[in-house]
Amino acid sequence: MWRFVGWRLLQAIPVILAVITVTFFLVRAAPGGPFDSEKAVIPEVKAALEAQYRLDLPLAQQYLAYLADLAQGELGPSFKYPGRSVNELIAAGLPATAELGAYALLVAIFFGGMAGVIASLKPNTAQDYIPMSLAMIGICMPTFLLGPLLVLLFGIHLEWLPVAGWGDMPGDKILPSITLGAAYAAYIARLSRAGMLEIMSQDYIRTARAKGLPEWQVVTRHALRGGLIPVVAFLGPAFAGLLAGSFVVETIFQIPGLGRFYVQAAFNRDYTMILGTTVFLSTLIVLFNLLSDVLAAWLNPRLRAQFGEA
Amino acid sequence: MPAFISRLFIVFVALSALAACSPGESNVAQGNRDGILHFGNGSEPQGLDPHVVTGVPESKLIDALYEGLTRKNPWTLEPEPGAAARWEFSEDRRVITFYLQPEGRWSNGDPVTADDFVWSWRRALDPAMGNQYAYMLYPVANAEAYATGQITDPEALGVRALDDLTLEVTLTEPTPYFLQLMDHYSSFAVPRATIEKYGKATDRFTQWTRVGNIVTNGPFQLKEWKLNRRIVVEKNPHYWDADTVKLNGVVFYPTENIVSEERMFRVNQLHYTADVPLDKIPGYRAQVDSPFVEAPYLGTYFYLLNTKRAPMDDVRVRLALSMAIDREALTESVLYGSNDPAWSITPPGTLGYQPPQLFSYDPGKARQLLTEAGFPNGEGWPTVELMYNTSESHRKVAVAVQQMWKDVLNITVTLSNQEWKVYLDSVSQMDFQIARRGWIGDYVDPNNFLDMYITDGGNNNTGFSDPVYDELILREAPQALTREERFAIFREAETRLMTQMPILPVYTYASKHLVHPSVHGLPPNLMDFINLKYVTLEAEPLPGNGVQ
Repeated sequence: MWRFVGWRLLQAIPVILAVITVTFFLVRAAPGGPFDSEKAVIPEVKAALEAQYRLDLPLAQQYLAYLADLAQGELGPSFKYPGRSVNELIAAGLPATAELGAYALLVAIFFGGMAGVIASLKPNTAQDYIPMSLAMIGICMPTFLLGPLLVLLFGIHLEWLPVAGWGDMPGDKILPSITLGAAYAAYIARLSRAGMLEIMSQDYIRTARAKGLPEWQVVTRHALRGGLIPVVAFLGPAFAGLLAGSFVVETIFQIPGLGRFYVQAAFNRDYTMILGTTVFLSTLIVLFNLLSDVLAAWLNPRLRAQFGEA
Repeated sequence: MPAFISRLFIVFVALSALAACSPGESNVAQGNRDGILHFGNGSEPQGLDPHVVTGVPESKLIDALYEGLTRKNPWTLEPEPGAAARWEFSEDRRVITFYLQPEGRWSNGDPVTADDFVWSWRRALDPAMGNQYAYMLYPVANAEAYATGQITDPEALGVRALDDLTLEVTLTEPTPYFLQLMDHYSSFAVPRATIEKYGKATDRFTQWTRVGNIVTNGPFQLKEWKLNRRIVVEKNPHYWDADTVKLNGVVFYPTENIVSEERMFRVNQLHYTADVPLDKIPGYRAQVDSPFVEAPYLGTYFYLLNTKRAPMDDVRVRLALSMAIDREALTESVLYGSNDPAWSITPPGTLGYQPPQLFSYDPGKARQLLTEAGFPNGEGWPTVELMYNTSESHRKVAVAVQQMWKDVLNITVTLSNQEWKVYLDSVSQMDFQIARRGWIGDYVDPNNFLDMYITDGGNNNTGFSDPVYDELILREAPQALTREERFAIFREAETRLMTQMPILPVYTYASKHLVHPSVHGLPPNLMDFINLKYVTLEAEPLPGNGVQ
């Protein structure tokens, strides 16, 4: 098992290095620079600014200097927010994004898992069709529609929940978590339904029924563990996706998270911020993929056998 | 009903019930009681160093925290005492002596001295600083030469301290708007001791503006700064005019999404919004005691014409395009009547200056001019593209203009949009035929708009060049002795400009805000300028839709 983990980590290094290199040269190739503004910047000022950010050096030298900084964990100063380092900005945005992602994932697992399992118990009946149709709507409904709809209902008409903010007012985390979690809940519902259907037709389930176990025990004791493996495999990439993809929800609810920095950095040509967030998120994605593979192996004896650790 | 649905429903109701008991008193109700203004500020500021930042949200914060020598009166926009208690002009209006407030103090209790201003202006103009607004101080003798590295001796700058409280400023030309520039943050004093404690004077990357470090001389001081969440300022007890300041504090929210901002206002999370979504305007206008406040804004929305490329190299084509735009219809239908049509580059009423109106919507004349230019009824019209930066509102305006040109001139113009930085690059390279553009004035003076179109000016971007125009703007206007004479020169220059029509003015900008009825002392004005020291909150019973 440890060899597997070590091997996967080693594989990650060239992947991340490739991401850095491609991102570094792509953002430089994009027209427009960080100091372009609506009012023309006088050449002397522009030169002074470029010198402060090492942009006066040849591109290859800048690239090497960036890698050298990165090796020490330094992501460099932000262009858009002078006086703040990219490390600091990521550290400032990550807690809110991670918390939002975690809540959204809980919402997704709870509602999605429940809907999927319930649907799988009586396939092709109303008990199956209704939650699965809801899931289909959840997948199709973009967050930028669902968010405002929830805000209109619970924030403005019913006045139950705050319409924006994060940790400023009681209850302001509920709507963003549901909004972000909804689409993932829908995926999880479909995955868990499919997983459960497959498991429920296995011989060992028949054995469990044959020995007289009540149906709920068959499901909770025997079926769930196998049936949810596809869901677990999905969770790692899903959480990384939640971190990288929470931009829309963060914007709708004015959440001080990473997603806003990530997307705006591209618009601002904030070179160091684009690179910093990309490196950070790609590392996270690699790690979470690995984590979910390990989890899946732990749940699935057949996979565990493959790693020689039955 | 299958059991699972009822179970789901129960969970949902339970969650909602849990939530329902939560929101307590609204920000507005609480703020009115405690004297705290909840202010939608548009976006997270780049920073709080007056010599580094450039944007509008930054300026709102910096105006709360710092104070220049003078400050605009929000009702009249005329300069009134700020860090300077009074000032005197020399006979030739080239030397100004500022007498600082004897009680002027930094928020740490240190006195604000003339030396602070001398040091700060040197810093603001230092080429190493990379201050994008350094040019605001260019009227000061030798400032431009120093900022562009032609001279290196800071002593040569036309600013010196006669004693602790007396500052003498020497100008290259008498500059009638100079006192206004003293209200722009690039001319503000910054705390030398604090800045030097955290790094080099010109270093952009130091920690001096952080909570606990920063020292300011304005009506408020920094209390809390949570990135992308809120910035809280509180009343500065050392401020010389602290008695006038009625607010105990202001909370600035980075309300980037104006739709969310409007919702926050509706549920009383905000007293004031930085903007209002266009489609919400009719609804708010219709309300009795509407919180909607709009005013003309010192800015013009226009289209750049590339006069170096056919067919826009022909002045008749440019005039035809301009006369074929029905600006009244455009502002009424597309912009919900919240903007006035523009007929020239300078917005009307800039401290008494009225720009000339040389043309009007005239389809017949437009067709005739286009025929003369060799395109009768649009025949032979080449491919022409109108480019704008990606935005729904720019698209709407462009579509309307495109249709008007089709209807009146029978010509086809295609539309293309570019992402902001790409668009900026195309505009500065003059890689376009027609391009959308906007210009917001930094100070209330026609010069701020007209000096863009001098030959090879950094913001000209049209290829327009007229030696007579250059002469009027660069030499004659600065030497005019009276305001009337100066405005006459500007009118002459602007008439020349609009006769050549290198730009198509479309409309004058408007500032749009939602302001809670409890807020007083925020008069609408041409600069959208706010002086928070005059703002008061009267905790009247909250109207209608609020959570009490």
